[in-house]
Amino acid sequence: MQQIMKLEGITQEFGGLRALDGVDLEITRGEIFGVIGPNGAGKTTLFNIITGIYVPTAGNLIFNGQKINGFPPYKIASLGIARTFQNIRLFNRLSVEDNVKIGTFGLEKISFWGSLLGLPVEKKAEREAKEKSDRFLQMLGLYEKRHEYAASLSYGEQRRLEIARALALDPVLLLLDEPAAGMNPAEKEELMDLIRKIRDELKITVLLVEHDMNLVMNICERIAVLDYGRKIAEGMPEEIKNDERVIMSYLGDLGE
Amino acid sequence: MDAWFMQHIDAYYLRIMVLIGINIILALGLNLVTGVTGQLSMGHAGFMSIGAYTAAILTLHYGVSFIGALIAGALMAAFFGFLIGIPTLRLEGDYLAIVTIGFAEIIRVFFLNFEPGGKAVGLYGMQQFTTFSLVMVIVIVVTLLNVKLLNSRYGRALYAIRENEIAAEACGINTTRMKVAAFTVGAFLAGLSGGLYSHYMGYIAPQDFGFMRSIEILNMVVLGGMGSIPGTIIGAAILTVLPEMLRIVADYRLLFYGALLVILMIFRPNGIMGDIRVYDLRKRWQTKEVETCSKS
Amino acid sequence: MFWEQLINGLTLGSTYALIALGYTMVYGIIQLINFAHGEIYMFGAFAGLFLVTVLGVNIFVALIGAMIFCMLLGILVEIIAYRPLRGKSSRLSGLISAIGVSIFLSTLMVLLRGPNTTRYPEVLNIHSYTIGSVEISSLQIVILLVAFVLMAGLQFMVQKTRLGKAMRACSQDLDAACLMGINVNRIISFTFAVGSALAAAGGVMVGIYYNAVWPYMGMMAGLKAFSAAVLGGIGSIPGAMLGGIILGVLEIFGVAYLSSSYKDAIAFAILILVLLIRPQGIMGQKKIKKV
Repeated sequence: MQQIMKLEGITQEFGGLRALDGVDLEITRGEIFGVIGPNGAGKTTLFNIITGIYVPTAGNLIFNGQKINGFPPYKIASLGIARTFQNIRLFNRLSVEDNVKIGTFGLEKISFWGSLLGLPVEKKAEREAKEKSDRFLQMLGLYEKRHEYAASLSYGEQRRLEIARALALDPVLLLLDEPAAGMNPAEKEELMDLIRKIRDELKITVLLVEHDMNLVMNICERIAVLDYGRKIAEGMPEEIKNDERVIMSYLGDLGE
Repeated sequence: MDAWFMQHIDAYYLRIMVLIGINIILALGLNLVTGVTGQLSMGHAGFMSIGAYTAAILTLHYGVSFIGALIAGALMAAFFGFLIGIPTLRLEGDYLAIVTIGFAEIIRVFFLNFEPGGKAVGLYGMQQFTTFSLVMVIVIVVTLLNVKLLNSRYGRALYAIRENEIAAEACGINTTRMKVAAFTVGAFLAGLSGGLYSHYMGYIAPQDFGFMRSIEILNMVVLGGMGSIPGTIIGAAILTVLPEMLRIVADYRLLFYGALLVILMIFRPNGIMGDIRVYDLRKRWQTKEVETCSKS
Repeated sequence: MFWEQLINGLTLGSTYALIALGYTMVYGIIQLINFAHGEIYMFGAFAGLFLVTVLGVNIFVALIGAMIFCMLLGILVEIIAYRPLRGKSSRLSGLISAIGVSIFLSTLMVLLRGPNTTRYPEVLNIHSYTIGSVEISSLQIVILLVAFVLMAGLQFMVQKTRLGKAMRACSQDLDAACLMGINVNRIISFTFAVGSALAAAGGVMVGIYYNAVWPYMGMMAGLKAFSAAVLGGIGSIPGAMLGGIILGVLEIFGVAYLSSSYKDAIAFAILILVLLIRPQGIMGQKKIKKV
């Protein structure tokens, strides 16, 4: 068991509000790890800390043995941590293909002069970007729409495009922020297959935040539960389902 | 070659074409910053003045060759663009806008008090080194390099910053660095056109580079279509010719100019060329307008 | 010397504040930098002049008349030049449209009155009072009083009335306010009216204070007032008041103790310094990046 990402006592305060309170988390290479919790529990904040958008008030963030808190987002991305966003953030007025190509830009430094003069290094990077975008667009069933503008895609397609763009970074760790939001049951089935495929075939560790209990229980090997910024439970899906504190604070409220 | 042009083209038209060329260089620079990268800069004339003064002082007082002075002016402007860009580009949207206005005003007031620059009187007596053919050559080179840049990874990264800065950063793009770079290149082109301008007009003064000049340049970019190279070129051409055409209405010229801006924005809110860029002229795009309660 | 300069600064600053309020209120609701606002202020100054010289009314009647005239002008500008653009396009096209209006209005005044400076007639008997060693003119007292009354009135209106509550709702979330049954267009018109009236008051008072009005007076005043609004934290009403006063005071001190040739650069230098340290302005709330 090799751990890939470790959070030690992560605390995040906004003004007086404590969004996360001493959260510890260890994610093992090759697993699908789920973070659940009621609205406002701090799930997305956790993602924003891991990807460098927020610098945690206290605690450490260790990726592959390297301390990464305080790293700017672009640096964290180029270490191999890719993410999707809860409220979709695509490059709306660029083509679908360009969206995925831009996903590869963290891999190799973009050179100004190389770009301006069309030097071989840039040509090679462009070719690779094109290959990657073809591959991932095919994998996600968006290849036919590669020349359309991202804004013109349907909601479900936009969610898939976000995943394609994240995969283009060749990540070791993929963060999915509510990937199933707004999907119908059939689409959710497809999504579950896709997430498994990403892990099994591309060997990418997946960390996901989700509301849909069914999906989380189905595909995650381990789950952590957040409530009011604290981690109240962690374990296999079966353990979580039977954990009294979880039922009290979260599952019990669902009433489904 | 210029002798041939002067023989065959009316001096008045030749003059307008030179001014169009100078404005195209200027506007393509701002297009990179505001149109492509989405950073609202409203002080572009400040960089133009740095180029204009630097080049003019070098040819007038130091006997530097025109081409040397032109490049020095552009580099000087780029240097200041870089210097100003580093702290200011952390600001967003309208905050950036007002700070760029502020810097341009400070530059203008500096030249108003700058002894070697002739203070409020300005500089005069520059030889007319800027010729039609030189301007056209520079316009073509600058346009081609712009097309090249925007079609490259670099250009697409800049568009990505405009479209969604957080997502661009999450893709591994160092957005701060790229914004500063775009700003520096924009300032370089402004400085270049400033040098051309001062050696075409033969005189410059601080008020040539005031807020209204910055606004004129911004208008060219927005009117043509943000981020579009052909749009920017058309915008620059129209807004250079328009005031000339409006000369028939004499005193009412600026009245019409103002009204036309409003009317154009009402009927072509995304600019004349909309959002068509060179590399996707083939794939037209229909905006889907989202009706929301307060906007219907 | 110091106290006199301070009073001069407060006087100038309170006029900046009156103009800055219009910028900040409009920005708070529709996120538009209303570049024509400086021209509304200029029209206010000329309307006051017209009422005083041509109709020969009392200066306070002229002040109110100018405010009413600019209210209508502000509403008209919004309906013609901004409303058709709303929601249809990027915010930049709104900005360009505003610039168009600004050019249109200043040219219109040049056509009506010529480009030169017109002197304001003496409308008040100016006494000087000496308190200790400090001299203050009755004109300064009037300006400070009028500005104070207007700002207090605005604060009351925004905080205590139903209309004010609707305005605040709109500035929080235009769509949500609309869904709650607020007539958004009416609130926006109202905001333009109030902002324009305050600018007109500023214009009349600057006209009397400096004894001069001219068609291009709106541009620099507008830029500085906008700086004041940003300095205070754009969208914040107390911020605009504070920003205007700080800018006015520091500008006067800068001219008095440093150099008058850099007068127009001082306001911007202060603004830039403040924004680099506190990007959201003095009273602006720090935004937590929502992702």
